[in-house]
Amino acid sequence: MNVDAKKMHQIEIQEYQNLVDGIKPKPDVLKNCIWAFLVGGAICALGQLMLNYLLSLGMSRIDASSTVSCIMIFLAAFFTGIGIYDELGKRAGAGSIVPITGFANAIVASAMEYKREGYIFGVGARIFSVAGPTLVFGFAVAVLIGLIKVFLSS
Amino acid sequence: MPAYKKRGSQTVVFEDPPVITSWASIVGPKEGQGPWGGDFDQVLPDYLLGEKTWEKAERKMLQQAVSLALSKRDLQVDDAEVILAGDLLNQTVSANYAARELARPFLGLYGACSTMAEALLLGAMLVDGKFFNRLVSATSSHHYAASRQYRFPTEQGTQSTPSTQWTATAAGAVVLEWEGVGPRVTAATIGKVVDLGQTDIADMGSAMAPAAAHTLKTHLEDLELLPDYYDLILTGDLARVGMAIAEQLFIRDGLVPRPNYSDCGVLLYDEKQDVDAGGCGCGCAAAMLCGPLLKKMLAGEINKLLLVATGALMSPTMSFQGESIPGIAHAVAIEN
Amino acid sequence: MTPLYMAFLGGGLLCLIGQLIMDLTKANITPGHILVGYISTGAILSGLGVYQPLVEAVGAGATIPLSGFGHLLVQGTLKAVERDGLLGAFSGGVEAAAAGITCAIVFGYVAAVLFNPKD
Repeated sequence: MNVDAKKMHQIEIQEYQNLVDGIKPKPDVLKNCIWAFLVGGAICALGQLMLNYLLSLGMSRIDASSTVSCIMIFLAAFFTGIGIYDELGKRAGAGSIVPITGFANAIVASAMEYKREGYIFGVGARIFSVAGPTLVFGFAVAVLIGLIKVFLSS
Repeated sequence: MPAYKKRGSQTVVFEDPPVITSWASIVGPKEGQGPWGGDFDQVLPDYLLGEKTWEKAERKMLQQAVSLALSKRDLQVDDAEVILAGDLLNQTVSANYAARELARPFLGLYGACSTMAEALLLGAMLVDGKFFNRLVSATSSHHYAASRQYRFPTEQGTQSTPSTQWTATAAGAVVLEWEGVGPRVTAATIGKVVDLGQTDIADMGSAMAPAAAHTLKTHLEDLELLPDYYDLILTGDLARVGMAIAEQLFIRDGLVPRPNYSDCGVLLYDEKQDVDAGGCGCGCAAAMLCGPLLKKMLAGEINKLLLVATGALMSPTMSFQGESIPGIAHAVAIEN
Repeated sequence: MTPLYMAFLGGGLLCLIGQLIMDLTKANITPGHILVGYISTGAILSGLGVYQPLVEAVGAGATIPLSGFGHLLVQGTLKAVERDGLLGAFSGGVEAAAAGITCAIVFGYVAAVLFNPKD
């Protein structure tokens, strides 16, 4: 393609993008945000309810926090298994993705769907298709911050 | 002898137009609940058909559609001299494994959601070229099998955007013969791959609309026809967003889209069926053609139909590598 | 103890930000991107010392979102560095998050084995 043809193609692409932008329906941001706020808030409030209960039993804050996370993960795994969590996700969007329950949902959903490819390279491998990148970035940032602290304090 | 059946730049006209002597369509439960539920040969009660996996269910559906199309004309599977088939899954496994069971000479095709038109136009060429007397063109798609390949696991809580399309669970097959009674395939236009830089994998309609507009314009120019020559011009699987864009492109090209223009992806489902922009998948155009459309042609309600089936030729790998989505569209003219 | 409405408000707002990112950006943002983005952002904010005050204000509203998981990893790492020096930078994160990660993998595996995707 010579320079002029390339330029023409670029213009065509830009013009088409403008046409698409004019016609393509936008997501209903307000409605989605209200759903995300309510569902995300409710999930966190549920977590707080459990946390407050465990603290009132005299559990340490760190242990209570970990226990709540485990219970939330269990609940999300269960509701994903019986096919309810994805129905919630269709409406709640980020409201059901951002909480740790969304992390558990992503793990179970990808693992479950590959059961028919076997328990080792189906479920066992796919369990990390979303969890893997998440943990990789979490660990990478944590170790980096740890190294900075080691460097600063030496 | 030069290619005397070629017209213009991309179109062929058949000398002895091959006859669509029989056809069959099988659809999933959701498609059965749509506005054309009663026009398909079979509506499946579930998505597995007694198989263990969705992939196996899809191939069974394709295989049954081929057998059904032949048996409706009192023919056996062995009477098909060649089978042309394709689907959406990697390595077109549904078609390959269905062909293993059917045990007939087989050509596997891939044109994404445009595969039905591709299979039809190649089949018509083989028959009109006097290579074969009778062959079957068929395609299929399965919502859940395609979803896990192209999108997200079904149980993951994801929000769809208004431009997302729902892959149809459907299969369609036509029997093409050199003589017989039925609508005839009179002309076909082989589409070019057109890519105007769209990258949103949740919006195939916008990626494919330019290919549809290009093929339709070329078809009409090559044959020196006006759009109202056809009783119905039907694009494949652009769905609501893509169809609205295609209409704008038609107007830009000087074509009048209304009132005899529609789209398979828009027609297949009811708006209330929670499918966002509409349907897609190889089975969408195939089931619409082999269900309501050919039925209407048989009844004489439609006499000249132009099917412009569109396909988005990307893969998840190419999307991850930042590539845009190439579109293609093939046109097939079917006339009484 | 953090009152429930503060957790609701804090958690709701963090989710609302995620929704705005998904709806208003052009790129193909998937749940995977959101999860990676939140855990990384949470970890960075924690390292800058910004996340702890948020946790004190809204409790589970900041620990249940995945950014809280990033915060947990970083706080564990920082504590372990104080205790064990360099080795702590590598061991502290997993130590603090051990229960959550193990639960996610084990419950995830069990749920995947027991249940089938609907059809």
